[in-house]
Amino acid sequence: MAVLPSASAAGTAIGVPWDDLRAIAGAEHLRSAGSADRVAGIQPQMVLEPDNETELAAALRCADAVGMSVVPRGGGTKLGWGNRPIRADLILSTARLNRVIEHAWADLTLSVEAGCTIQDLQNALSQHGQHIAIDPLWPDRATVGGILSTNDSGTLRIRYGALRDLIIGVTIALPDGTLASSGGKVVKNVAGYDLPKLITGALGTLGVITRAIFRLHPLPRKVESFTFAASDLDDANRLILAVHNSRLAHTGLQARFSAEIAPAVDIRFEGTDTGLAAQAEALRSLVAPATITVACEEVWLARQELWSSAESAAIAKISVLPTSVSETCGRISRLADSLGVKWSAVVQGTGLGWLRLVGPSAPAIHQVLQTMRPELESLGGSLTVLHRPLAMPAMDTWGSCGNALPLMLSVKQQFDPHGTLNPGRFVGGI
Amino acid sequence: MNVRILQEFRAITGDRGLITSQEELKTYECDGLTNFRVVPKAVLLPSSTEQVQEIVRVCHREHVPFVARGSGTGLSGGALPIKDGVVISLARMNRILEVDLPNARAVVEPGVINLEVTERVAPHGYFFAPDPSSQSVCSIGGNVAENSGGAHCLKYGFTTTHVLGLEVVLPDGTLAHLGGKTLDAPGYDLSGVFVGSEGTLGIATKIILRIVKRPECIQTLLAAFGSTSDAGAAVSEIISAGMLPAAIEMMDNLAIQAAEAAVHANYPDCGGLLLVELDGPTAEVEALMRQVEEICRRCGAGEIRVAQTEAERAVVWKGRKAAFAAVGRISPNYLVQDGVIPRTALPRIMSEIERLAAEAKIRVANVFHAGDGNLHPLVLYDRRIEGQEHAAEVLANRILELCIEVGGSITGEHGVGEEKKMMMSKMYAEPDLETMQRVRCAFDPEQLSNPTKVFPRPRLCGEKPGEYKPHPLEAAGIAERF
Repeated sequence: MAVLPSASAAGTAIGVPWDDLRAIAGAEHLRSAGSADRVAGIQPQMVLEPDNETELAAALRCADAVGMSVVPRGGGTKLGWGNRPIRADLILSTARLNRVIEHAWADLTLSVEAGCTIQDLQNALSQHGQHIAIDPLWPDRATVGGILSTNDSGTLRIRYGALRDLIIGVTIALPDGTLASSGGKVVKNVAGYDLPKLITGALGTLGVITRAIFRLHPLPRKVESFTFAASDLDDANRLILAVHNSRLAHTGLQARFSAEIAPAVDIRFEGTDTGLAAQAEALRSLVAPATITVACEEVWLARQELWSSAESAAIAKISVLPTSVSETCGRISRLADSLGVKWSAVVQGTGLGWLRLVGPSAPAIHQVLQTMRPELESLGGSLTVLHRPLAMPAMDTWGSCGNALPLMLSVKQQFDPHGTLNPGRFVGGI
Repeated sequence: MNVRILQEFRAITGDRGLITSQEELKTYECDGLTNFRVVPKAVLLPSSTEQVQEIVRVCHREHVPFVARGSGTGLSGGALPIKDGVVISLARMNRILEVDLPNARAVVEPGVINLEVTERVAPHGYFFAPDPSSQSVCSIGGNVAENSGGAHCLKYGFTTTHVLGLEVVLPDGTLAHLGGKTLDAPGYDLSGVFVGSEGTLGIATKIILRIVKRPECIQTLLAAFGSTSDAGAAVSEIISAGMLPAAIEMMDNLAIQAAEAAVHANYPDCGGLLLVELDGPTAEVEALMRQVEEICRRCGAGEIRVAQTEAERAVVWKGRKAAFAAVGRISPNYLVQDGVIPRTALPRIMSEIERLAAEAKIRVANVFHAGDGNLHPLVLYDRRIEGQEHAAEVLANRILELCIEVGGSITGEHGVGEEKKMMMSKMYAEPDLETMQRVRCAFDPEQLSNPTKVFPRPRLCGEKPGEYKPHPLEAAGIAERF
């Protein structure tokens, strides 16, 4: 088992290579970090915005050589995800790496720099009637590198797969300055190890993503969503499983739960007019006697809405088997009610869900999360804390990764032997 | 091999699980790629995860390299034994352990045959999507090693898309569980890295698969074109019309002749045959199939047939899936290649292949997964004619170089294995390969699990990654590096 070098205590003075970093990216692109640049409460010293991946790799190597810790940052929308870093000296921003390198529309592939926002990207792709089939959080600010590092894809996943299934190539900068590519710009490729998958969801702890290549999908001809009410949690779960077991070709399926109102299930179809009409009809008979109503597209923002006015709330991602959705939510509901915690959740048909807990006190929220995590783990699932109120007692973001942890530590050791990247933020102290 | 080690192996697997006679060992000297052959020192046939662990622990302690083997149908020499090493066959670990229909999961041992998974779940309306042409004989463990594809991966993805978790025996004999039945397990996606690692990171002993609900309607269209470039133009139009067919396959005239000779698929005799399969809700498929027909006619298709029943579809697919083996009917020997190109480069590559083949006086039959640009040129030759085998190899490699030149890949689904490891340096720069090998060093620092495959050169895992630092002896002027 590999042992990670222990990071020196936060705040220890480091010989900051200001001159070297200025020489790499230009003085105007290096600045002192302000309070807005804090990472989970830790104040970094400086922010560097390189113009291209060569500069980025050189800066990373420079920081690594003097023992500075580096936090890669895209749009900063999910910078609070993960454990608090052991230290955070340099923010390496991809803000200027925001170019679309190649949209090979006839080949349905896209090569893009890591700092490009999802909204800009989808706008560019839509000119050729295409998109990356994802609907991540905060697309106007979230970047390619950020959604990949946090593995945030969205509701389309149930039909088009997760980011791991859509990324076909990646270039990363390693702490020793290596710029390495793997995969390529063809959809089908088994030459060498699949590093795009390794880097997806790695929270920037193995390397900094500088560019990615994706497979694209045609934009749907027409989209139609429906909502139907369920009488209770079990009924909602039954309906979700009925949809799974049907021959409907849905591209979104989610249930919205909360303590106050009856569960609602949303479903989305894409296709031709005749196809959509037939699917709506099939859905109607499948869920009868429940009635279906046409839903507006905003219903798919339900997950993102969990974050609104979330200062005093905790938000956790849960993962369970589709058959365990009602059992899980039932347990959450009973526990939350007993502690006076208000809960709401958006759970996708895949078994992935997002849970929001509010008041009456941070310790009560903490207790719900601490109790539920082992319960979910005993069902083969997981609970990851994405956001927590400032007053909440410390809690590991991730939970257990079982007997794969020694291997994960070895991988980290190989890619980032000095523990330069996002130290302490990931699983098992990585 | 040391008698003491063999005795230890025998104690683990029993007599029936250990093969040491030269005659029997020869059965394992190659996989589906027969031009590389190495006789292993022993073949072990464990029947449980624990036995695999025990065997691997012995190998680790004694520094004996091992190669895992499924059904041995691989086409890149991935299961080629290592000299002085052993082969660990997973053929006896062939149970489907669990089928969980409501969650669309199945848990299987590595020796389970690909098609058996679909056969088990088909009565309930499900299927296992990866469908390599060898699916009636190839194993799931082999599919995991190679990240196998098949005709339907255009829409459904590859083996990696359908593997949610793995139990693996690491090269030091420890057990690790990667991924799981639920999605997004915390930590690195090591299951994603393991799939397609060609047996170089350890041995999968249990595999959690995703199964897929069979669509309401499946229709397969067969369209005959004058040439592969006309057929290719139709493919481009289908894609740019915003459709994502379940499969788009193409065969050239030589491949059609071969398929006809072998399985009488009743294909029209033409220059380029296109096979387009659409699936989904009936109304959707019917509406889109009419558009596909129109596009094909506009692009010059002569005969067009639409297979609607399961029986009709089976006949259409039989010819395509038999195409590789069928080439044996028209040529005594052949090489199967597996390059990938951006689909739009198809006309250019096709005329280039034609030119190179004419120059080398060698025939090339072409079978493609046209939707995703995966070419399978079948380079035909006669070993008895002096120099022709070599010329065929040169031509096959030249085709792969062409694929790299247009931004493609040297393998879309067969793997790098032994055959194409030297091509890796042409496709990737040195830092790219070095970085991949860091993963290998994390899993297998002693390089015992299928060493010598995939990468042109092993990386010494003790090497410090990063910039060159002179050895103290060099610095002192005592030694020199060449």
